[in-house]
Amino acid sequence: MSQFQAPQNLTSQAAVSADSQAQADSFKVKAGLAQMLKGGVIMDVVNVEQARIAEEAGACAVMALERVPADIRKDGGVARMSDPRMIKEICEAVTIPVMAKVRIGHFVEAQIIEAIGTDYIDESEVLTPADDEHHINKHDFKVPFVCGARNLGEALRRVAEGAAMIRTKGEAGTGDVVQAVRHNRTIESQIRRATTMTNQELFTYAKELGAPYELLKETAKLGRLPVVNFAAGGVATPADAAMMMQLGCDGVFVGSGIFKSGDPAKRARAIVQAVTHFNDAKVLAEVSEDLGVPMVGINCDSLQDKERLENRGW
Amino acid sequence: MTISIDSRPLNIGVLALQGAFSEHVIVLNKLANTENISKVIEVRTKEQLGSIDALIIPGGESTTMALIAERSGLIEPLREFVKTKPTWGTCAGLILLSHKATNTKKNGQELLGVLPVTVSRNKFGRQVDSFTISLPSPCLDAVTESGNSNSFPYVFIRAPCIIGIDDPLVQELIVLPTSSPAEEKGDIVAVKYKHLLGTSFHPELTNDNRWHQYFINMARENI
Repeated sequence: MSQFQAPQNLTSQAAVSADSQAQADSFKVKAGLAQMLKGGVIMDVVNVEQARIAEEAGACAVMALERVPADIRKDGGVARMSDPRMIKEICEAVTIPVMAKVRIGHFVEAQIIEAIGTDYIDESEVLTPADDEHHINKHDFKVPFVCGARNLGEALRRVAEGAAMIRTKGEAGTGDVVQAVRHNRTIESQIRRATTMTNQELFTYAKELGAPYELLKETAKLGRLPVVNFAAGGVATPADAAMMMQLGCDGVFVGSGIFKSGDPAKRARAIVQAVTHFNDAKVLAEVSEDLGVPMVGINCDSLQDKERLENRGW
Repeated sequence: MTISIDSRPLNIGVLALQGAFSEHVIVLNKLANTENISKVIEVRTKEQLGSIDALIIPGGESTTMALIAERSGLIEPLREFVKTKPTWGTCAGLILLSHKATNTKKNGQELLGVLPVTVSRNKFGRQVDSFTISLPSPCLDAVTESGNSNSFPYVFIRAPCIIGIDDPLVQELIVLPTSSPAEEKGDIVAVKYKHLLGTSFHPELTNDNRWHQYFINMARENI
């Protein structure tokens, strides 16, 4: 991603040109799949039956995992990568892309998920982190990664590590959208500030944010994150999803919100319609009708600091 | 048959139900002055469909787009539109235009069924099998500036492939090189049929606008 090129023959390392072209092409394909997911809803599913419901509802991808975040929260203990067999079964059951989660920093879980042919990996704070300092070097993989972020610095650090897609962290498994809104607004406002800065100011701002300078400069030039950005963490209703779209997200992840509600198929369809027609209040009103009981939810303010998944990630 | 070229300003739509529609919109807006496009319209409703001369169906998930189109009351209007109006399907759009698709989801999926080809979904495999390749593209000669090479940087993402041509009028535009000596012929990844263009790849993910110019020229010949 970086436009920095070391001068030729400064060290004995081979010239960068061929390698960096291959890396650029590989990144284009990784980021490209995220571009194909835009305007869509990615749904958490725990078995083949749910995956089929999600596909029939119009999900543009599914996230295969053993427990949805609401249950991980309830059960406690260490949350790990899902059983590869269960992920493979879901891959066979649907034609849309399948994603799976690995623990932060757990590059071997990622190797395993890549080996079974999953389409995207979420290096996720929802699972228990396996490394308390490092994230996975995602350039090492052919499979693309999506990572969570609360602010621009975090987002660009993940992109520097090779993430081809970003999502807000929000607060998974709560059904409370407030953190996703906060994270997205933070990222957007930091980007707006960066766009008004001179190069000189950007150096200092990069230091403040903890963001790589070259990526911050590219972000300032583009006026948006340099990869696709989805909303995630607490989206439970069509209105939540449409709000995140109106706030500028490219698409939406819905985790516990669908299969922890009274009528998952109907709610899933409604959220899909809401993301396409996010600017059309009439359609939003229609699809919000009569959806049955939403997930009960947890008010984010009632969470202790150590219960907050958003604080995981470095 | 005489071909009359219509040079009036065109309204071009991009189906915006799901997928990489804004990428196409950005390319079309870049070409607006030189190609005489008056408006680029994101199409989500029947009314918007009624206001355009030509349509691009973008990449994305074809099952998702078909389901949303159905629930938004857009499937029948789309079927009517693509029967006569210039339309280009990229990737998922190619699947939707085709009259037959294999490897579809259980219960099958809705197709617009107007392009007489058989398409295999995700023919090349899963995401780790996605790839880029540069290929000579003689069909782009008319829109390539003289002296420049006509090769084009193709991007294939979980791409479909045309595995059967079901009407002699379908023209093969781009065929991939064979991947093994045992193969007689490579995969067909771009076709033209009357007013329709179908491509497995994503020109909207490159800086090269020639496929968009090609489609606009084609649209002018078919309005």
